[in-house]
Amino acid sequence: MSDIKIENAGELLAHAYQMELDAQERYEMLAAQMKAHNNTDLAKLFAKLAVIEGIHAKDILEQMAGMDIPQIDPDDMQWQGQESPEALDLGDMDYLMTPRQALFLALEAEQNAFEFFNHLLNSTTDPEVKRFAAEFAEEEEEHVELVKKELLKYPETGERMKDDMDQPVDQG
Amino acid sequence: MNISQPAPFKAADYKSDITPIWCPGCGDFHVLMSITKALVALGRAPEDIAVVSGIGCSSRIPAYTNCYGFHGVHGRSLALAAGLKVARPDLTVLVMSGDGDGFSIGGNHFMHACRRNVDMTYVVMDNRVYGMTKGQPSPTTEPDWDSALSPGGTGLSPFHPLVIALASGANFVARTFSGDIKGTTNTLIEAVKHPGFSFVQILSPCVTFRPDERQWKGTVHKAVVDETDDPARAARRIMTDDGYNTGILYRGHRKPYATHVCDTFDDPATLEEEFAL
Amino acid sequence: MPAARPTFKSISIAIVGSGGAGAITAGSIILEAAGKAGWYGIMNRSVGPQIRGGEAAALVRLANQPVNCMSESYDLLVAIDWNNAERFAAEMPLADDGLIICDPERGPVPDIMTETGVEIVEIGLKSIAENITGGRENMVALGLAAGFVGLPFDTIITVITSKLSAKGEEAVAAGRQCVEVGLQQAQTYTRQFNDSQTLAVDSGRWLITGNEAVALGAVRGGVRFAAAYPITPATEVLEWLAPALTKIGGALVQAEDELSSINMTIGASYGGRASITATSGPGLALMVESIGLAAASEVPLVVVDVMRGGPSTGIPTKSEQSDLNIAIYGCHGDAPHIVVAPLSVADCLFTGQWAIHLAEAMQVPTIVLSDQSLGQARVLIDKPANVAFLAKRKTYEPQEGETYNRYALTADGISPMAIPGTPGGQYTADGLTHTIKGTPSSKNSDHQNQHDKRHNKIANFDYGNHWADIEGDKDCDTVILTWGSITGAAREAIARLANEGIKVRLVAMRLLSPFLKDKFLTSLAGAARILIIEQTHSGQFHQYLRAQCDLPGYIKHFHRPGPHIIGPKEICDQIRDWTSS
Repeated sequence: MSDIKIENAGELLAHAYQMELDAQERYEMLAAQMKAHNNTDLAKLFAKLAVIEGIHAKDILEQMAGMDIPQIDPDDMQWQGQESPEALDLGDMDYLMTPRQALFLALEAEQNAFEFFNHLLNSTTDPEVKRFAAEFAEEEEEHVELVKKELLKYPETGERMKDDMDQPVDQG
Repeated sequence: MNISQPAPFKAADYKSDITPIWCPGCGDFHVLMSITKALVALGRAPEDIAVVSGIGCSSRIPAYTNCYGFHGVHGRSLALAAGLKVARPDLTVLVMSGDGDGFSIGGNHFMHACRRNVDMTYVVMDNRVYGMTKGQPSPTTEPDWDSALSPGGTGLSPFHPLVIALASGANFVARTFSGDIKGTTNTLIEAVKHPGFSFVQILSPCVTFRPDERQWKGTVHKAVVDETDDPARAARRIMTDDGYNTGILYRGHRKPYATHVCDTFDDPATLEEEFAL
Repeated sequence: MPAARPTFKSISIAIVGSGGAGAITAGSIILEAAGKAGWYGIMNRSVGPQIRGGEAAALVRLANQPVNCMSESYDLLVAIDWNNAERFAAEMPLADDGLIICDPERGPVPDIMTETGVEIVEIGLKSIAENITGGRENMVALGLAAGFVGLPFDTIITVITSKLSAKGEEAVAAGRQCVEVGLQQAQTYTRQFNDSQTLAVDSGRWLITGNEAVALGAVRGGVRFAAAYPITPATEVLEWLAPALTKIGGALVQAEDELSSINMTIGASYGGRASITATSGPGLALMVESIGLAAASEVPLVVVDVMRGGPSTGIPTKSEQSDLNIAIYGCHGDAPHIVVAPLSVADCLFTGQWAIHLAEAMQVPTIVLSDQSLGQARVLIDKPANVAFLAKRKTYEPQEGETYNRYALTADGISPMAIPGTPGGQYTADGLTHTIKGTPSSKNSDHQNQHDKRHNKIANFDYGNHWADIEGDKDCDTVILTWGSITGAAREAIARLANEGIKVRLVAMRLLSPFLKDKFLTSLAGAARILIIEQTHSGQFHQYLRAQCDLPGYIKHFHRPGPHIIGPKEICDQIRDWTSS
């Protein structure tokens, strides 16, 4: 991971907030996709995760009140990858995916988010940025635990992802 | 990509609320994201943008945007778009197609659109298969890809749409990968800004009929050489690369298509004069 | 042929599920198992717009005699889940004594179903499946449906074993277990359709779709070349031909579009091979210019149009009969050609073969108007008889001292065609009007003569009795007049009316163009009331008939576009309404 140049707490909070917003929006989109393809278990799970991310975003928004937060274009955020670390990759989806499989992806996403703040924590010299980075890193660790707890609801059954016995439908 | 002032429109302004029918995992979701981001950066109002398409999974995209759209018949999107742009040069015209619609039935229109060089951007989401009719080879499919309609593979080499574009006179030629959202977005911005006919081939995996294409994200790579304005050099590079080079490959200097425009207009009534005895 | 048939009985079941549940697979297995048990049946499907994971309904009708249309009421609906099931509700209304089996874990029954007042039974398909290693809900649904109708266990197992064997022994075992549980659970509700009234498996039943049948028919007719461009719902015609033609020394080429596929077909035919392509409305629209070329240059070919909802992109997955106009009139200029339409899935085989015969015999383009309700229906039919048509193109044999004139004016209008490679037979086929030799001409006499030739060869041909199926009393004065796929529902309606003492004659046209006026009017002799039925919005068939002749008696016109296919009950209502007044 290359150096993340975040100069002040305001910038950091802007990143943290955008990360949750992106995650929320992504989970909402995936919930809609899975609903359209009748994977209702997964649609429900994604909808739930979207709500949780929305709560995280709101919390950060409250923290930002009264602070001087710079306006950063989402495309200028320093995510290190194509998109914000907490958003699942659209290309990894499958209409037959099980909630358990999706939660493993979510776990990875939360771990990526943790890595982002942890790296900043270790690379920055600004004490205020360090403080907030530590705080958010700890937050993300809690998110990781949340996902692990959710995973317990979907125990390993030794089964692979089910296949679809029906042939694809020609639509044009 | 830094902008000095906030964009007049947000991503949400360019998106409709219709959930696409694309299979989860389809590369076209990323393409839609990149289009949206590019439109945000370009800053034109959604109503000043027209999205024209043909038939196929990729061609469903107009309804997923909040721009003016036309979901036309199979293979003829470039013709539709050319008429629209010539009549309405004020609009930004995006033409969206797939490798089947664009290179097979649309092949002839493709060559002539490049030649005519009307100012528009042609985006082909290339997944090397006909998805909507449940999996037949397309002109960019590998020769040994087995299917019900061409058992054992067609035995035909895929052709090079980028080279055809160059040979036919396209003014801007690029290849991107759908999963490279940043790269695709930047390329689209440049493509739209560049005058004349801009052609962008986006490698966009079909997870249903070409699950092997999920590996593309590990195969694509940025082109190591800079773009060129020499079409012959660009063509040679494309014909000798591994087919997974991404980036803007060619930017030319042709003047875009223009109809003859007079400075002043006559009154139509004057046309009748020649008939008066 | 089996002996005298028992009274007609049928039972209809629907299996609904989404997101990869496998409803269509379950329906297909039931149909195949029923066939092995000696029954007849038909299966259609209704689907959402997704390529995978969509909402799907397998609609199966089983019977003790051949069936060619769906019932208007369903005796059983097994819902694996209710996602978007309202979409299908109109297509599978339940009988008053019908039964819904659904899973309490999959949410409440939609109002549109509970409003019917039919019995609803809750069975935990999901939990049953979960309790079996590798268990699948659709296999439980299969067992429930099979038990409801009374299908023999061993036939189901035979089919499952062959269908799932590729997935391994565990899959087969799991499927078997699920079916067993389903069968057992269904015993309380079983209708025991499988009683002594079913016929023994004596004729070697076939399970086939209309698309496969028309392709096979063409092969029987001598087809050895096909050009292909995929389009819903015709692609399966071509996908069946691809390996089939290779196996028999022929070839299929995938074209880049329909402009190309029609011209490839013409080229191959010019070269001497019986040739075919298949498409749907939008593709046919692209092809018409070149169909005119084939007509003008007298090159035989067959185009199968598997009609779908129109106009334009329309509804690709649903059926309609609205390409009649373009099939008959689509070419510019006067370009007479043949238009035929199969009357059932089994008739797709016959008509496919007949079409090749007609095209070859008269050196003319022939359009076969099939539709989605035939093309993608899977039907159990009696083993089709072998029919004696064979592609018989009149070809030129070199004659010493004789000049060959490709377009010579012969008595029957059909002039021998020189196949490339035949010495002395060289000519240039042309869309330009030509002399008897084939040289371009703008003379009055050549234009008139060639027009007459092409018109007469078709008008004077002996189509035998195949131009229409005419059934029922010659004396009864009420007639149902229809064409193509609607024939199945019409036949069933007539049988039901006969049981009520109402006699109705059927005239189901298989040959639409040319219009055989004399035979047509003879078939209607004595008619006082004619009910014309078609699946179009504008009434294309009715208008076509009116343009050809004056129709006798009082005419009633019953028509509507797809997707809701006209069924036997509605037809009966139309007739009863009329004959009682």
